[in-house]
Amino acid sequence: MAEQVVYARSKGLKDVETHYCPGCHHGIIHKLIAEVLVEMDLLDRAVGISPVGCAVLAYDYFNCDFVQAAHGRAPAVATGIKRTRPDLLVFAYQGDGDLASIGAAEIVHATMRGEKHTTIFINNAIYGMTGGQMAPTTLIGQKSTTSPSGRSQAQHGLPIRIAEMLSTLDGMAYAERVCVADIPNLLKAKKAIKKAFSLQQQGIGHTFVEFLSTCPTNWGMTPVAAGEWLKSDMAQYYPLGVKKDVEAAK
Amino acid sequence: MQKELWKGNEAIAEAAVRAGCRAYFGYPITPQNEIPEYMSHRMPEAGGAFVQAESEIAAINMVYGAAAAGVRAMTSSSSPGISLKQEGISYLIGAQLPAVIVNMMRGGPGLGTIQPGQADYIQATRSPGHGDGHMIVLAPSSIQEAADLMADAFDLADRYRTPVMVLADGMIGQMMEPIEWKQREGKPPAEKPWAVTGREGDGKTHVITSLRLKSDSNEAFVLSLAEKYRQIEAAETRFEEVNCQGADVLIAAFGTTARIALSAARKLEKEGVKAGLFRPVTVWPYPYGALRRLAEQESVKAVLTVEMNLGQMLYDVRLAVMDRKPVYFYGRTGGMVPEPAHIADRVREILAEVKKNG
Ligand SMILES: Cc1ncc(C[n+]2csc(CCOP(=O)(O)OP(=O)(O)O)c2C)c(N)n1
Ligand code: SF4
Repeated sequence: MAEQVVYARSKGLKDVETHYCPGCHHGIIHKLIAEVLVEMDLLDRAVGISPVGCAVLAYDYFNCDFVQAAHGRAPAVATGIKRTRPDLLVFAYQGDGDLASIGAAEIVHATMRGEKHTTIFINNAIYGMTGGQMAPTTLIGQKSTTSPSGRSQAQHGLPIRIAEMLSTLDGMAYAERVCVADIPNLLKAKKAIKKAFSLQQQGIGHTFVEFLSTCPTNWGMTPVAAGEWLKSDMAQYYPLGVKKDVEAAK
Repeated sequence: MQKELWKGNEAIAEAAVRAGCRAYFGYPITPQNEIPEYMSHRMPEAGGAFVQAESEIAAINMVYGAAAAGVRAMTSSSSPGISLKQEGISYLIGAQLPAVIVNMMRGGPGLGTIQPGQADYIQATRSPGHGDGHMIVLAPSSIQEAADLMADAFDLADRYRTPVMVLADGMIGQMMEPIEWKQREGKPPAEKPWAVTGREGDGKTHVITSLRLKSDSNEAFVLSLAEKYRQIEAAETRFEEVNCQGADVLIAAFGTTARIALSAARKLEKEGVKAGLFRPVTVWPYPYGALRRLAEQESVKAVLTVEMNLGQMLYDVRLAVMDRKPVYFYGRTGGMVPEPAHIADRVREILAEVKKNG
């Protein structure tokens, strides 16, 4: 019987194993981006920016050019690349400590200026790489190593909804919150990346895809439980869906 | 070529454009505001990118991005803003990216003053950011020299894949002087094979990073930097000497302070005291050998370091001279500028002291 290939690694990824923990969504999100780059024939012109965080080594996994940025500064680095080489497809990949905390100024101003690159924002409600400290996105009551009895509003304020906040800025052309916790959502997420990249090519402003993502290791959950908690608790505070679409508004 | 009257900051900006700089990112701070102001119209005219960044941190990271994409890129600031750029400068060193940073120094610490200073000398020459690493640091003493050094700065940055700082003080930025535009223009390398410009035909990807997780490979990298620095020291050290041969005393000074010191030397000459001026143009790498040889002359009784700080280049002068000759210091700080008469007084004092000590 002739062999039939039913699944293959995307050509947008290198043939290596990632360092991500079991049940972590970083790897799945990488794969979606890689597939979109291949399907849109962008691999030869793509430049990714990796953050400081668990995805710092993304350049070892993607089969396209990459620049590693200082903690939180990916939007500024992307600005420097895209402004000088507008022919490139530029995407910044950032975690929630990276983007929503230390890099809050950079993402707000890159969006305000309508920088014509795409941001892939990974919201896992925690600092993964440094071992599970509280992030600006950590939910109320959620335990972390720096909020051991759960985040309290009185002490830390309410978690920040980045996609909604940035969508108030006129420079934002397209913002959607997605997840990859099940197949229907995964397919929606892939569509969102495609849309962001195609709007980037039209050069109409900043494009932004926020992924609710898992960190089973630091949440202290099994991969399955983590996926469930994402859909029940996280998605309740961070509603999925399109937050801004200037094209649809036309 | 005809001379034209230029303000220092604008001359530096224009010289950068002529040197092939095609990306400028900056944030306002006195006394360097004319640089971003000039670039805001000149850069688009030259087909380059200009962004007024939200902070010095963002500006240096925009430079990092543009440099990674293979474009000649620069930023400028003054002392408090340079402190904010230090993380980015360390990343430029770690990722071996060429870039030019202008520091139009003012008096510190803290918010300090907008008046000129030279108190960022140690920061620039010893500690441009965290971790082992250096940048080449050029210290112009006139607007002509500042303009000339911009092309050198970009060429050196590309040749050695390193950040280069042009370390000047507020006087250079704010003064107007007649300058001549030299024919020599910057020569951007035809190709930067390491730049992120998209995959190559064979699917080879380019990666710009300063992360080397394994400590042995990070050590090997830092050692390769050290080797690069040895080459830079051997090939790129520059200085100027005026009347140093057979001098009674050497005055070591950099930047505009060197010009003030020269006025003092002229005053002393009329009294029969021969004071030579030793002026490093590269303050990193420092011209230790040249200063040592001059100090070793039998005629030289002492070396006086003059600076607009509490004595920072003084450490380098001591390293060069060691205990061959006594080394003295005179400085004003916090935004105050030394006067030629006071420098001359200090020289007379020192010569008397040396004589007394036999
Ligand atoms: C300037 C600076 N501050 C702090 C750190 C330490 N650090 C490394 S990763 C990280 C948090 C990353 O968390 P997040 O962005 O949420 O990404 P994740 O690891 O969860 O994917 C921090 C604080 C650093 N490398 N640099
Ligand atoms: S620590 Fe968390 S975010 Fe990092 S790889 Fe593991 S699961 Fe993923």
